[in-house]
Amino acid sequence: MIAIIDYGVGNLFSLKSSFDFLGLETVVTNKTGTIKNASHIILPGVGAFGDAVKKLEDTGMKDFLIKEAKGGKPFLGICLGMQLLFNKSYEYGEYDGLGLVPGEVVPILDSLPEERKDLNVPQIGWNALDIKKDNCLLKYTKNGDCVYFVHSYYAKTEKEYLSSSTEYGIQITASVENENVFGTQFHPEKSGKIGLEMLKAFSEI
Amino acid sequence: MITKRIIPCLDVRDGRVVKGQNFKGIKDVENPVTLAKYYNEQGADELVFYDITASFEGRRLFTDILTEVAKCVFIPLTVGGGINTVDDFDRVLKCGADKVSVNSGAIKNPDLIREAAKKYGNQCVVLSMDVKRVDGSFTVFAKGGRENTGIDAIEWAKRGVKNGAGEIVLNSIDTDGVKNGFDIEMLNAVCSVVNVPVIASGGAGSKEHFKTLFENTDASAGLAASIFHFGEVKIPELKQYLKNENIEMRII
Repeated sequence: MIAIIDYGVGNLFSLKSSFDFLGLETVVTNKTGTIKNASHIILPGVGAFGDAVKKLEDTGMKDFLIKEAKGGKPFLGICLGMQLLFNKSYEYGEYDGLGLVPGEVVPILDSLPEERKDLNVPQIGWNALDIKKDNCLLKYTKNGDCVYFVHSYYAKTEKEYLSSSTEYGIQITASVENENVFGTQFHPEKSGKIGLEMLKAFSEI
Repeated sequence: MITKRIIPCLDVRDGRVVKGQNFKGIKDVENPVTLAKYYNEQGADELVFYDITASFEGRRLFTDILTEVAKCVFIPLTVGGGINTVDDFDRVLKCGADKVSVNSGAIKNPDLIREAAKKYGNQCVVLSMDVKRVDGSFTVFAKGGRENTGIDAIEWAKRGVKNGAGEIVLNSIDTDGVKNGFDIEMLNAVCSVVNVPVIASGGAGSKEHFKTLFENTDASAGLAASIFHFGEVKIPELKQYLKNENIEMRII
């Protein structure tokens, strides 16, 4: 059973439907008992980092999830959920994340070189993956496969945690991995067949 | 690099797709779920559903269909038509929409964009504009293009983005239905004043029109209805053609 964490951030309909479509059992929950019994954990999220982290802190979910992830259970953060895995974010202030993957979340716009400042931010649309290392999450994914992104901030991390990147004026972290902890900046549940295969791969970890 | 998007648009009335005809290979082309699955398999990058029903009963049918589509098609889904309040956003987002487009609703209540963006994020709010040249200036029309609002389209686009619209669908009434190509001049006028993706709508009649669009404007996507519904342009062929012309495309 895969637990999808419900902490009042974003629309979980498509994520749940993706797993239903794959015939995989999920539970959308905010109950620690249910999450403890789950085999896998997914942390979704849309919106601002500060609001999301506050919601996790107010409910005691932040410390609980850190403990669960450190216990070795396969853990996947999606979009804002991936950004929350990092140490810190500078979105409208400075906030501490879960610290499960070393790195920081910074604005795309500030990092773009002068000649590429004309790019639209947020990045909205399908972009190609440049796979950096073999990874069980990407075992069905090919280099150059396109996935769907919607974001204005991106995670700066060390090479050893970067499993794929995408080009948007700069190299943007597309997916990360630190032992049992995984993250995707893009939305696998909105990335067609490629995305469904990734969710399947996650369930097989 | 980010790919340019190809977006079929489905007008739905009383639970059926309007204009859906002449398909080869699929049986019930007026069924929005069948058609959505078909376009997904063809490599459409996103789907837009416009609810053109007026009745309450029709609205419920529409959200039932949306739910069905969202259970089997895993690409971004945008919904428009009859969106006048934040509750309307809520109604369609719960049924699996990812983005909601507002048109006349934002003209009646300019705060709608701000309220919705605050609650659901800018990425969720699409400003759809029906624009026509009036005495040489781009002017916003409401009610499906029937009513001249007198609002300057360039100012309206700027204001929409400032209020939190994360994307703009620009439909040129002047080129719509003519099948003589997208309205390059109008698109450039809007693209040059906003920093969010602009989706071009109105005028597509051939593969070449999409090439002209992407080579001559900063539009992020091309939207069309009848040419896809009638099979005049097939999405896989269109995308392969554009890729061969060195336009970034997602090929599946």
